Formats: sequence, structure tokens, C-alpha cells
Amino acid sequence: MSERPGFMGYRRPDGRVGTRNHVLVVPTVICSSLVAERIAAAAAPVGTAVPHLAGCGQLGPDMRVTHETLAAYCAHPNVGAVVVVALGCEQVIAQHLADTARRHGKLVEIVAIQAEGGTVRTTEKGTRIAQGFAGALATEEREWCDISELVLSLKCGGSDYTSGLASNPTLGRVTDRLVELGGSAVLGEIAEIMGAEHVLAARATRPATATKLIRIITRVETEARSLGLDIRGTQPSPGNIRGGLTTIEEKSLGATHKGGERAPLEDVVAYAAPIARKGLTVMDTPGLDVESVTGMVGGGAQVVVFTTGLGTPTGNPIAPVLKVTGNARTARQMADNIDLDVSAIMDDSETLDAAADRLFADVLTVASGRRTAAERLGHREFAIHRRNPTI
Amino acid sequence: MKAVLVISSRDNVATALEQLEPERRLQIDGGTLVVREAIPPGHKIALQAIAAGAPVVKYGSPIGLASAAIAAGAHVHTHNLSSSRGRGDLAHSATGEPAPRLAEPDDRGGLVGPVTPSKERA
Repeated sequence: MSERPGFMGYRRPDGRVGTRNHVLVVPTVICSSLVAERIAAAAAPVGTAVPHLAGCGQLGPDMRVTHETLAAYCAHPNVGAVVVVALGCEQVIAQHLADTARRHGKLVEIVAIQAEGGTVRTTEKGTRIAQGFAGALATEEREWCDISELVLSLKCGGSDYTSGLASNPTLGRVTDRLVELGGSAVLGEIAEIMGAEHVLAARATRPATATKLIRIITRVETEARSLGLDIRGTQPSPGNIRGGLTTIEEKSLGATHKGGERAPLEDVVAYAAPIARKGLTVMDTPGLDVESVTGMVGGGAQVVVFTTGLGTPTGNPIAPVLKVTGNARTARQMADNIDLDVSAIMDDSETLDAAADRLFADVLTVASGRRTAAERLGHREFAIHRRNPTI
Repeated sequence: MKAVLVISSRDNVATALEQLEPERRLQIDGGTLVVREAIPPGHKIALQAIAAGAPVVKYGSPIGLASAAIAAGAHVHTHNLSSSRGRGDLAHSATGEPAPRLAEPDDRGGLVGPVTPSKERA
């Protein structure tokens, strides 16, 4: 074993490393989502589905995002095999998803509801395929992977004043350490960088990256302005405000702590686009928790650390989501949802560095296979970001 | 445990770590700050007087502008601190008057609307 930190992961034919080995059941369209869920349930917990509301009636850019997000999940290193569940008349092309999975060395099959002859036959055939794939994946073994192979998604949700003071700075220290060791981290939620962009832009390694960040933030502000709407209706959320957060700037400055204090900003990428560089990347995602995590995992994150103040249960279909809170009450009241309690920071009985040591160790243990609270509870929320109306 | 937390030396607000009651005297950085009104844990207290229109600073950065004059020791929240970002409502008209909201949560938590700016302020 190396002296450098690392984890036990699945090395994939395309060179990437997975922290889970799922049979992913992908519906091409809302119409095949139920069948996909039933097939995945029959092979749970290895089997996992990504039911969604899209796949048809979408305009150009939205259709592209749907296609690319589903393809990114088919290619993801936490996935060992893919069953594509098509309807037959939809916009999303089943063969494109299957080809993507195959190119990345996954086992893959397509079942189509119109061609198979209905829900019952398709569910039966898909279940047989998924069970066969699960059997094949069970023989694969984890091997030692260096920490530089890790892409960590940084997320906060249900924030309160403890988020900016305890859980986010704890995660920030883990981010700094991970990036110094050659790993990658991704920060989403553009609306929650608004007001703190100067902190991240100052750490950009290239002027073009800083410009890109500012441009995306300006776009979100311009969108709100062009609708004549006040972003304060949603940011901070009513729960944030009860928790003592007053403005988006305040929320953002606390939220941006997740990205560490030193980690250089290497890249700014589109929703669910590949996270190609080591170091810190910002992804253009909305603030809505599930859409944001869906995008960052699509970009290649194999583990998500999700800090929360008020408590939130959501997970992801293919990546472990590790919940951290700095709120002692939430740690008690929502104990079944919380993986790590760092509330001792609030009364000075634990230092941020000591809490970061515990979180760092937990990230590696979860990467090596320990199931998170969200995984144990079956939280597998998935939502593809949409920008345009359905036609 | 500290009663309040000052994050950066540049800040003009601190975060209450416990319920603060009026008249309580807090020792902060060698000075005394008298709490003017009840402040719930997690909410902000002004460390000094902040003029209307001046920046409110936390984490060493501005978190918005004072929408009213704020006295030292006062509760700082949505009633006297306003974001200066993403304000499409202000950009909507040349006069800076807020645009009508499409819908506004009513007192019972349901949706009513559209409402006029004057009703909104009432």
C-alpha cells in the first residue's frame, strides 16, 4: 500500500475509477421511467434507475442537456453495466446512450417497450438482463486507487448560520487537502456564488477562467432582471432566512467556503459536462439541490459531500452522498439522515482542523464502499436541469 | 461558549451563537456592546452604527446594503439589510420602483396575486 492517501475503487477499462459498481437502468423518456424503476428495483441495491420527466417535447438546448446528462451517467465510473429502457417514438436516442456505455467498456443492452410488446414483457426481459449484469459485476474486485483519482462534489443545502461557520469551512479544508494531493473538486450552484465570485475569481489560474465565471454569474442576474423578478423570492430560501441568513451575498460567502481557501480555480464547465482538470472546477448548475447534484455527478464526481444546517435527506442514484451538519439539533433530530456531526465546532469543543480530519477519513471510507445514510435509506433523487418550456 | 462570533476584523456585524436579550452587555475585542433587542441564535447583531445605504460586512465582504439606519447592538436582518444582487425588480422600471410580483404567498401560505407594489408594502 502506498503512503499517500487513497481508497479501494473499481478501475474501469477507460482508465477512470469508480467508488460503486451499479447496474444503471436508464429510461430514454418519462414514458419508460416506471418500467426502468421496476427493473432496477428487481436488482437493488446494485440496480439503480434514473427516472426523469424529459426525453421528448424538448427544444434544442434542453434536448441536448437531457441527452448529454443521460449519456454522462451511462459513461460514469460508478456504473459497471447499463440497461437502456426505450419507448420507441421518443426524441432521446437509445442507441446513442448504449454506444456511449459500450465505448466506456460497460456491459449494455437496450429493451424497448413498443418493440417488446408492453410493460409486462419489457419489465420481465429487462429484469433478466439486469440480474445477469449484477451477477457479472459481483465478480469484480476493488483495488487500491490514489486519492488523485477522486473527483469530489461539494454541495450545501438547507443552509443555516452553522453552514458558513462549521460544516462548509470543514469541507473547505478537505477540498484544500484533496486538491494539494492532486485530486479534483467541483462546486455548482451559480446563484449561490453570486456575491462571492470575487473570492473564487481571485484564485483562477487563467484570466479566461475568471472571465467565464463572472459571465455565467452575470447571465443569472440578467435573467432575473429581464423577467422583472427579484431573486430574493428564492435566494435565500424562507428556511435560510428563518435560520438567520439575510441576503444571497451572505449565503454565497458561507457556501463558497466549501471550495477551500487555497485550491486554485482551474475550470468553469457547463451542466453535466466532464470535469477534465485536477483542482477546483465550477459547474454551471442551478441552486436546486437535486438538479445540482445530478449535474456534478454527471460531470464525473464519484463522491458527494453535502453539508446541511436545517437537514435534507436527498441522495443520488449512482454516487454516495455524505451528509455533514454543524447544527447539533439537526444531528439529533435527523440522525438517520446525517453521516457526520461537526457541531462541536460551534461551542469550540472541536477545531475545524480536527473535524476536517474526520471528514477526510470518512470520504475515503465511503469511496471504498461504506454506504452513506442516503444510500441506506434508498434516497436516489435525480433531476435533469431544464431551462426552456416543454413544447 | 462565546455568545457572539465575529468572523473577520473587517466585519460590522457578528453572529449570535445563543439567544440575546435586550440590555445584555457583551464584551467584544475589549469593548462593550449593549444588545438593543432580542436576537435569535444564528441571527446578526450590529457591532457599530451603520448608516442607511452603507455596506453591511460579514466574512470580510459586503453582504448587502443597510436599507435603514442601524444602531449598534441592533438586530440586522431582512427589515434593515437588503441584497444588491439579482434585483430584477429594481431594474424593471426607470424609477427603481419594484415591479408587481406574479404571485405572492399570502398569510395562510397559499398563493394569491398578482399583487400591486403598494399592497406588497402595506
